[in-house]
Amino acid sequence: MASGLRILVPVKRVIDYAIKPRINKAQTGVETTGVKHSLNPFDELSIEEAVRLRERKGPLKVENILALSAGGPKVPDVLRTAMAMGADRAFHIDVPESADGGPEPLTIAKLLRGVVEKENINLVLLGKQAIDGDQGQTGQMLAGLLGWPQANQASKIEIKDESGTVEVTHEVDGGVETLRAKLPMVITTDLRLNEPRYASLPNIMKAKKKPLEKKTLADFGVEDTRRLKTVKVTEPPPRKGGGKVEDVDGLVSKLKELGAL
Amino acid sequence: MSGARNISAALRRARIPRPRLAVRPIVAPSQCATALRSFSASSTVRADRQIKYTSDAYPNLKRNPEFGEISVEDVAFFKQLLGSESAVIDGVTTDATDDIEPFNGDWMRKYRGHTKLVLKPGSTEEVSKVLKYCNDRKLAVVPQGGNTGLVGGSVPVFDEIVINTSRMNQIRSFDPASGVLVADAGVILEVADQYLAERDHMFPLDLGAKGSCHIGGNVSTNAGGLRLLRYGSLHGTVLGLEAVLPDGTIVDALSTLRKNNTGYDLKQLFIGSEGTIGMVTAVSIICPPRPKAVNVAYFGLESFEQVQQAYLAAKGQLSEILSAFELMDGRSQGLVIESTGNKHPLEGEYPFYCLVETSGSNSEHDMEKLESFLESVMSDGIVADGVLAQDETQFQALWRWREGITEALSHLGGTYKYDVSIPLSDLYQLVEDCKARLTEMGFVGDDDSFPVRAVVGYGHMGDSNLHLNVSVRQYNKEVEKAIEPWVYEWIQKRNGSISAEHGLGVAKREFIGYSQNETMVNLMKQLKAVYDPNGIMNPYKYI
Repeated sequence: MASGLRILVPVKRVIDYAIKPRINKAQTGVETTGVKHSLNPFDELSIEEAVRLRERKGPLKVENILALSAGGPKVPDVLRTAMAMGADRAFHIDVPESADGGPEPLTIAKLLRGVVEKENINLVLLGKQAIDGDQGQTGQMLAGLLGWPQANQASKIEIKDESGTVEVTHEVDGGVETLRAKLPMVITTDLRLNEPRYASLPNIMKAKKKPLEKKTLADFGVEDTRRLKTVKVTEPPPRKGGGKVEDVDGLVSKLKELGAL
Repeated sequence: MSGARNISAALRRARIPRPRLAVRPIVAPSQCATALRSFSASSTVRADRQIKYTSDAYPNLKRNPEFGEISVEDVAFFKQLLGSESAVIDGVTTDATDDIEPFNGDWMRKYRGHTKLVLKPGSTEEVSKVLKYCNDRKLAVVPQGGNTGLVGGSVPVFDEIVINTSRMNQIRSFDPASGVLVADAGVILEVADQYLAERDHMFPLDLGAKGSCHIGGNVSTNAGGLRLLRYGSLHGTVLGLEAVLPDGTIVDALSTLRKNNTGYDLKQLFIGSEGTIGMVTAVSIICPPRPKAVNVAYFGLESFEQVQQAYLAAKGQLSEILSAFELMDGRSQGLVIESTGNKHPLEGEYPFYCLVETSGSNSEHDMEKLESFLESVMSDGIVADGVLAQDETQFQALWRWREGITEALSHLGGTYKYDVSIPLSDLYQLVEDCKARLTEMGFVGDDDSFPVRAVVGYGHMGDSNLHLNVSVRQYNKEVEKAIEPWVYEWIQKRNGSISAEHGLGVAKREFIGYSQNETMVNLMKQLKAVYDPNGIMNPYKYI
């Protein structure tokens, strides 16, 4: 069917996963101001895989890789990173920043459906979840809305032939499962899929010249409606630290005191 | 896996030794079977090896007969003084060989002493009483922190008593307004930095051994580290300290003032004197605010010329946000790949790599500067290729390519380490010359019949500080003779320093003359005699 792959890679700007998140004073969400943000690690894998599909020179040529992200004025940072890694162009869907985690997965899924239709996309590669909300729903909802086949938590993706047969391997309890489907399809990515590359300086320079278009939800006929309200966010109870004993005698008496001896 | 490889290598070596060289394999063949059976990790081979006693490796060092011998009464005194059981590791009246061994040897497994007594005082007063007693009895001592030194300064040579700071580990105070931290000598550097991180400050010193080293040891050795370029040396950041002289006098110079022009600045005597004058027990140090935006770029470059150009460009364009400029040569990075198996961040191979770090308070401002710097070095052809860390994980991964060199080398065998200051333009020439010299002499090669694996260079470019490392398959006297004193003469000719930041310890003691003239050394000896007339403080080292 498809003469080439037109890949959409939705990405999200989240708090860097090496940073310990802190809950804001109002207990409505996680403190985001002044905290280092970067590309959601699962989305990094999606971009990397899209670029590798191109480099692998399989039966289907990659025509275009479109990166997309919805969010506030700093979102272009992660889109530039995506383009430095190898995406060809990017859409920034302008959604005002909010402390409540932004649009819900269904809104994003509807937005992506709009983009898929307008841009004639035949493969959507998404991270299996964003590490901020940990919802893990968008890919599945999108496949449902489009009526496309989906393969989730991919650890290997192979384009088998020119007619667009795709084999996706993912891990299941005690082994791996291989699924086969025809394009168009939705694939969500998991950690074992690949090892994302560094953004090289020449590519960072090139990425600055790649097209980054600013769009709105309304451009795709979607409204940011919320069905859920975050009532309260709290930290787990702090772990009780262990005590130190001075010497072996101290240890023995402590153990006796606790009834372990 | 590399453990098994090393063992088989050792076996092969043992069977066909090169007759010309006095080969001392890292593993004696008889130990291999045990090593295979009882361990599987890569560190095993080294863990099983007996380290040569420093007194055997340096036969010209003789125990000072003036020093007293530790008696049973001495041990009883210390036990009573320090109270708790864990404060005294007693190898005099009991067999505590295994417990004492970590204090006798250094982490590179190069130096090993004969001590039978380790004391861990818990307070300055206890240190004072211990030292006074030792001074009266003329018992020699070695002050010891995290024992991460590189020149054998923190381990005994003969039976010197180890006075370890690990139980003096309290942070005494921190003033967020001035940024002055006051802490005990035994606080681990990383612990101090974490404490400061929670208060939006940072320790002005950072180095690879931060997880083990003690700040008292850092001060005593005047450690340099990765960010000296930005925050300066400890001679500037340490505002005051508390130390104990051998006669038990507590020197309370724990000032928290930035400015204090009253009399001789005696605290400076304890910074970098490696515990030869007194023992540092607490430090007051000024800490900068923790930068909110930190970026790291990693470059591949074609020549040392270009490395210098990149450094000049970084200084000029990044100026106040530049916080580190580190140099790694291609061979050093190759060894990290060999040892860790990690994928290198750049596609191609280059003879030189640099790591540039910026720290600032405003990420947009920093990014703008950094990007224009990157653009200019790329478009001017100074840098052949490079990457920019996009997140914290990549940031740390890139730093590991620099910080991991020492560890990688230690996994691959032994290392002759030279830490030198040389004018920038000549910096890398030393590595080239050393490699040429050793290659010409037939020491360097790819297979196990050659003692030298590689001659590598890396270091703190921003401070004109090079680490020349000769990675060897086995420590070998002939290789050592080929390097020393040649390397020191080379440095002397260029008015460099034979020890930029690692200190003198045992390793560089006899070579001080290459960097200090006779008058200077005599003045130092006079000073030592004033404060330590019996010479009990860290003997056989320094001067």
